[in-house]
Amino acid sequence: MKLSAKIYSGIIFCFLFAPIAVLLIFSFNEAKSLSVFSVFSLKWYKELFLDRNTLGALKNTLLLAASATAISTALGTFAAMGINKLRSKWYRAAMNTVTDIPMINPDIITGISLMLMFVFVGRLFGASTSLNFGTMLIAHITFCTPYVILQVLPKLQQMDKAMPEAAMDLGCTPLGAFFKVELPEILPGIITGAIMAFTLSLDDFVISYFTAGTGFETLPIRIYAMTKKTVTPKMYALATIIFFVTLTLLLISNVVDNDDSRKVRDMKKEKKRKEK
Amino acid sequence: MKASAAGKSHNTYRIALAPYSAWSVLFVLVPLIFIAFYAFTDNNFEFTTENITRFFTATSNLVQDDGSTQEVRTYLLIFMRSLKLAVISTAVCLLMGYPIAYIMARAKEKTQKTMVTLIMIPMWMNFLIRTYAWMTILQDTGIINGFLARLGLGEIHIIGTETAVILGMVYDYFPYMVLPIYSILAKLDGRLLEAARDLGCGSFSVLRRVIFPLSMPGVISGINMVLIPSISTFYISQKLGNGKFFLIGDAIEGQYVANNLHFAAAIAFILMVILLTVMALIKYVTARCVYGGD
Repeated sequence: MKLSAKIYSGIIFCFLFAPIAVLLIFSFNEAKSLSVFSVFSLKWYKELFLDRNTLGALKNTLLLAASATAISTALGTFAAMGINKLRSKWYRAAMNTVTDIPMINPDIITGISLMLMFVFVGRLFGASTSLNFGTMLIAHITFCTPYVILQVLPKLQQMDKAMPEAAMDLGCTPLGAFFKVELPEILPGIITGAIMAFTLSLDDFVISYFTAGTGFETLPIRIYAMTKKTVTPKMYALATIIFFVTLTLLLISNVVDNDDSRKVRDMKKEKKRKEK
Repeated sequence: MKASAAGKSHNTYRIALAPYSAWSVLFVLVPLIFIAFYAFTDNNFEFTTENITRFFTATSNLVQDDGSTQEVRTYLLIFMRSLKLAVISTAVCLLMGYPIAYIMARAKEKTQKTMVTLIMIPMWMNFLIRTYAWMTILQDTGIINGFLARLGLGEIHIIGTETAVILGMVYDYFPYMVLPIYSILAKLDGRLLEAARDLGCGSFSVLRRVIFPLSMPGVISGINMVLIPSISTFYISQKLGNGKFFLIGDAIEGQYVANNLHFAAAIAFILMVILLTVMALIKYVTARCVYGGD
């Protein structure tokens, strides 16, 4: 790499990591200031763990993310398998468009549209507040599933189509062929998709904001409420923890993906050698 | 026997797709219809175009710098401001992001992987917190001013200006510009560049005549991925603009908080229509300029 390229990359990465560095450093600040560092301390982490509301919101967030991930992973995997086998061009195009919509639409539109529907349906049944954990879960599944499909579909397309057929010819039931042949092949895609769904759900603020009732607070919503007032470094401590948790998940999914691509490479090499 | 087994498995796949088809209709398509439905009805769900006209005609008094007031079209002004800030942010993202995507694509494979991860890491920090962190850096008693004071230099005021809002948008959406461009550049056929050089192109004209046109699909999807969230954002403007630069997203949120669901739906509806038009326009223009001869 040329020197100028190195300098430019350096500047860009400084810009990208400046706020994160600030946050990490000031979460260990003894004083309440967010601009002058006094002494290293874990005070804010201690306070964080004594804050019941925040811990409650953390529990809610994890519960929501886990449920949304489980359902959207199942829904998305089956959908990808169905889309992969679609013969009708029209149906395929329709499914692709519908999968793109939640990813292209601004979050605020997705959030508002779901909220309006929930409120309207709630009114039909005479409920005063129709937004709750259930509506948020539906919203999260809706925006997570397309990402699962996008991870699983390419794996299905890479797979040798003759394999499940061969399994069935050898006496497997279609279900057995799925579990013994197809599932192991597409598993890396499913895992990456599930991790993406989980992190997206953890991180989402806008759609949650519009579809959450008053009774159910997730972490991003709590952070939003906290930043309306003056913020203490406690929030920075929270951000630091979330940062390292998501970073770990990201690294795990990278490792899974790398293993998978190595396997594909090895298989290709093997094939070439046999051809020779 | 084989044909019937294949037919059976095909049916199984149809059944596998059914729940997602139903889900998409119920929770993706129907909600979008609800936006239009709310936008064109009043509180008793009777048809009206009042919400839409209100967007175009509502006026308010804007206080000028010299203290005089001027009557302005409230929501048109907010919309034009959103559009302006989003376009500037997108342009800045492109100018800053293209070189880094290019550098990444030409680096060694291992370096490339590290750089992609580094670009992605900030995306995994909640955007509320990222934005708030910028606020503490930029504010008048913040880190930058503390640093300048220590050097014996004067203060600078960034918070509460349009520059701060643009900076927030650029920071939050920068990776969405870099990654699509990088993914196209990384796959570029090196032989094309050699051919261009052999045929007498200097390195700048290789960039202008070969690399840039070929990377257009990445540039377009980068522009879409930055323009759309930055035009519809709220929060960034509230925090970094000190609430002085109300944007279209803030307007929707404000109406939602005030429980004016029908007007909120009308603003969202108009935003959606405009975004679809802009995206179609971008697609049309690039189809003509890039793929249809030069």
